Amino acid sequence: MIEIEIDGRQLQVAEGSTIMDAAHRAGIFVPHFCYHEKLSIAANCRMCLVEVEKAPKPLPACATPVMNGMRVFTHSEQAIDAQKGVMEFLLINHPLDCPICDQGGECQLQDLAVGYGASGSRYEESKRVVSNKNLGSLISTDMTRCIHCTRCVRFGREIAGIMELGMIGRGEHSEIITFIGKTVDSELSGNVIDLCPVGALTSKPFRYSARTWELTRRPSVSPHCGLGANLTVQVKQNRVMRALPRENENINECWLSDKDRFSYEGLNSEQRLARPMLRRGSAWEHVEWQVALDFVARELKRIRERHGAASIGALATPHQTLEELFLLGKLAREFASGNVDFRLRQADFRADERLRGAPWLGMNIAELGSLDRALVVGSTLRKDHPLLAHRLRQAVKRGMQLTLVNPVDDDLLMRVAAKAIVAPQAMPRMLAQVLKAAARLKNGELPAGQRAALEAIEVTEPAERVAASLVSGKSAAVFLGNLAQHHPDALELHALAQELAALTGARAGFLGEAANSVGGYIAGAVPFAAEPRGMNARQMLAEPRKAYLLLGVEAELDTHDPAQALAAMRAAELVVALSPFEHKAVEYAHVMLPVAPFTETAGTFVNTEGAAQSFNGVVRPLAEARPAWKVLRVLGNLLGIPGFGYDSAEQVRDEILGGGELAARLDNRLSDTTLGMIGAAAGGLQRIGEVPIYAADALVRRAQSLQRTRDAATAVAWMNRALFDRLGLRDGDQVRVRQGTGEALVPAAVDDRLPADCVRLAAAREETAALGAMFGPVEAERVAARQQVAV
Amino acid sequence: MGLPVPPFAHDVFGPDAIILKGLDGLNWRLKDYEARGGYQALRKVLAEKIPPEAIVNEVKKSALRGRGGAGFPAGLKWSFMPRRFSGQKYLVCNSDEGEPGTFKDRDILRYNPHVVIEGMALAAYTTGASVGYNYIHGEIWDIYERFEEALAEARAAGYIGKNILGSDLSFELHAHHGFGAYICGEETGLLESIEGKRGLPRFRPPFPASYGLYGKPTTVNNTETFAAVPWIVLNGGEAYVNLGRPNNGGTKIFSVSGDVGRPGNYEVPLGTPFAKLLDMAGGMRDGRKLKACIPGGSSMPVLPGGVMMQTDMDYDSIAKAGSMLGSGAVIVMDETRCMVKSLLRLSYFYFEESCGQCTPCREGTGWLYRMVHRIEHGKGRKEDLDVLDNVADNIAGRTICALGDAAALPVKSFVKHFRDEFKYHIEHGKCLVPEYL
Repeated sequence: MIEIEIDGRQLQVAEGSTIMDAAHRAGIFVPHFCYHEKLSIAANCRMCLVEVEKAPKPLPACATPVMNGMRVFTHSEQAIDAQKGVMEFLLINHPLDCPICDQGGECQLQDLAVGYGASGSRYEESKRVVSNKNLGSLISTDMTRCIHCTRCVRFGREIAGIMELGMIGRGEHSEIITFIGKTVDSELSGNVIDLCPVGALTSKPFRYSARTWELTRRPSVSPHCGLGANLTVQVKQNRVMRALPRENENINECWLSDKDRFSYEGLNSEQRLARPMLRRGSAWEHVEWQVALDFVARELKRIRERHGAASIGALATPHQTLEELFLLGKLAREFASGNVDFRLRQADFRADERLRGAPWLGMNIAELGSLDRALVVGSTLRKDHPLLAHRLRQAVKRGMQLTLVNPVDDDLLMRVAAKAIVAPQAMPRMLAQVLKAAARLKNGELPAGQRAALEAIEVTEPAERVAASLVSGKSAAVFLGNLAQHHPDALELHALAQELAALTGARAGFLGEAANSVGGYIAGAVPFAAEPRGMNARQMLAEPRKAYLLLGVEAELDTHDPAQALAAMRAAELVVALSPFEHKAVEYAHVMLPVAPFTETAGTFVNTEGAAQSFNGVVRPLAEARPAWKVLRVLGNLLGIPGFGYDSAEQVRDEILGGGELAARLDNRLSDTTLGMIGAAAGGLQRIGEVPIYAADALVRRAQSLQRTRDAATAVAWMNRALFDRLGLRDGDQVRVRQGTGEALVPAAVDDRLPADCVRLAAAREETAALGAMFGPVEAERVAARQQVAV
Repeated sequence: MGLPVPPFAHDVFGPDAIILKGLDGLNWRLKDYEARGGYQALRKVLAEKIPPEAIVNEVKKSALRGRGGAGFPAGLKWSFMPRRFSGQKYLVCNSDEGEPGTFKDRDILRYNPHVVIEGMALAAYTTGASVGYNYIHGEIWDIYERFEEALAEARAAGYIGKNILGSDLSFELHAHHGFGAYICGEETGLLESIEGKRGLPRFRPPFPASYGLYGKPTTVNNTETFAAVPWIVLNGGEAYVNLGRPNNGGTKIFSVSGDVGRPGNYEVPLGTPFAKLLDMAGGMRDGRKLKACIPGGSSMPVLPGGVMMQTDMDYDSIAKAGSMLGSGAVIVMDETRCMVKSLLRLSYFYFEESCGQCTPCREGTGWLYRMVHRIEHGKGRKEDLDVLDNVADNIAGRTICALGDAAALPVKSFVKHFRDEFKYHIEHGKCLVPEYL
């Protein structure tokens, strides 16, 4: 520690810190634009010039390291003179038209100009005009307002991992642009809107729709990926106008992924279900809640009487609140023989018998940054977990080795130390190889439970390298991503990852797919949570039930096998769809009940690190929509189930979380990791069916601006060059992909980094909703460009 | 008139020249340099295994000050290089001579390239750098090509490369050319440019000696500084300082341009009276009167002719007179020169060459230029002169690099020394200098 003095105050500060750090810690404000805590120092705006004793000229606080005995004056005549001088320069070419600027009212330049600007301008020459740039559907530009602080440039280079914005030109002609003709496509791009201290980069969806002072700020939690990003939702006249990051260093820091930032648009979608609807023959009729719920209760009782309790199934998405999932589970156990599940995209439930607790990240999110080795198994990391990927990226920059066992090889915008890219069905075998190689490197015994399976397996070079990386670390982790969780051999991957972690001293964890992927287990929305033990999601759809309660579920988009799910729905005597949106359920449901999305209800999400984050509704429910926990409460009462007399969501939450420590309920370990033989890969074409970032849940699918990004482009069948040629495909051709009884006609394209004989074709999309499971055998044939015209 | 055409007389650059001594414009090759005693300093150092510290001490004693413009003591700069640092260290020669009025490095590299190579090899030996770059201005392509040729000769003769002259010293030297941006002559902008990035100056600290090229300890010196080193090593620091004055050691090449009889490079001992230098350059052209002179390149304050005639050409004397020796570009202006028009040219230059990175320079240089432009074109306002001075004040000392000062100082000095001329422009909308001149 060294001693310095700022504005007469004696301070003890760490060596190597800057005057800005020291001032910040002491609560002394130094005006600045280019400086940002999370970005590298640029020292280019010069707004933070301060007087330092014995220095001949003012020094930038952001870039000047403290020295013992240094005396700093942030408000001396010299400092103020320098700051005012810089402010004058910043304003001479800046349009002084705050009333028509979208940043007005939340503009750092405007704010600081009040303190450091003059009331009139001495500048009487002509002003600079800079042409606007098309950055895509999310970010709007007004480049004449740019003050060249380069925060956006540094964000891309340092945080997002891709430099999509840069500065060209010199002097007064310098301007921020994208690569020629390119848009900004990073899944973290929206953060530059927050970073831009002026109105040069603003939110395109929000643009000119409200003024900041008209908006009420309400805290909330994002309902999308497993991160549980903290939001400030801004509301005007009972309408959500935008979402901004709420700083939480342990979770999202000061960032938001574009999905968390822009999917609020879906809340105001035209597809919002406004009133309860009842099917009358082939037509739909608006009815009162009482009528709808009476109908549901009556029908459920009838079906239960006629076909038995086990003929009813309850399905929810992992984006529902903890309270909703809990009530659904409770209802299912009392009334539907325990048939309840929220793991709709999971295919392999064999692990249920062996789970010791709720699968979770296995560590705090912030700990990702301190790992020195990480093996990620089965993940489209950047797209599934944009900010977890960012944490890993920062760790890689600090020297962490990232390794992969994956069926896809997308650019993760960070260095990958070693990777084994194999077809989905070969992943367990590859992970087994890694385990075997690690055992050899550790001179250890093969784990007893897998000895038989491993002995027959030969270790290949990629597995060797992944293992070598993992065993050489001091703080290692093995993560199972979404593709591993959705994998038909998820048990094998889980068991092998557990043994690999045990052998190498690594921690094992799951990268939580959705806001309540952990919470669903905690809430007991799984068939094995308590007696009676019921059917899991797959069983309920593979062996169709007579009645389904769907909570937020869009059967063809949220399930592992959409063809199977749709068939089950169509065959059912009763489908009750609780959803904020009107969707394909109009074709198969009998009742549609409008329930509140996360902004219109109180609730809790338990994120991937096991943090329970509760929130209140930020707006009143739209029209006649009601919070789902209330709907389930009434339904429980109508069905005559005891224990549904809750007064508030808090009461429900307290019953779930009780006084008990949540951490005690988190456990990734299987009680038994014994595996049978791990089969060799079958022949034929295999599908890699990942869930695209902006198709993952009902809300984001309705966020129009996100749906216009490159990440939301039409589904394409990707395959390597060899397969492309073998199918006789030429550029521009489409391919007909058949799976089971369904088929999809999609454009074909080459990605030579894909494993042999694999077709990468997204799930959770309209275009592929007729297909079957996300993984498994498919057939493909060429449809020539000309043929399509004829059709 | 004009620059001499080779072969020219051996003393064309002045009788007291060291670096440019004995050159006729054609004798630039290795054999010629060796015949003039070239590479003896390097041989001596390697043969006698002179400790690097001893060389640093000699250079310190020599009072050799940086010839690129700042005048920083070269020996002191070398001593900043971390001796015990075991990783890669770099040596960089700044031949990105972009300062208007300056053309000395060009002639050193054109007529005596090996003296720079030898100087760099000696500096590499002293600082422990094993790789060096000579960054040559992009608008003197033929010089770059010549330097490559000289490098090839030196490499073939074993003066550059692995185990130089059979010793432990290994030093690889590369020529690197810019594309003409003035800002790449700023040492940290130059380092960025070598790294393949935009030539944007870095803020200091950290200084290049601790965080330089590719983040490694780096020494950056001007071409002329390196060129002086072999002589110092051979003849000793004391002999060098005795050539000039205390704290102003040795000779300096002045690029004399403007309204003189024989514009060109003249290498004279520091402390030579300006009058004598002017005389060497052929005196005032057509017998006109000396009106003003910028003694150190366009970035330095202008001085009135009368002050200049009383001044000696060394760092301290020129500083005392109110300007700076800078790069040694002496721009001589006679009575026919309009000071407003002259400043307009300079202000346009800095406006155009500002890198745009930091606010005062990016915004301020354009403001200065536009105001001077208005005054020159008869649209000046009476408050303009005070605003000019104040805007220049707001730029100087507040930017990342010295380009801000370089843009501000001419403005301040022109307005200060020739205020009447500016006022006349503003009040009458035309030039004070009579048209018949």
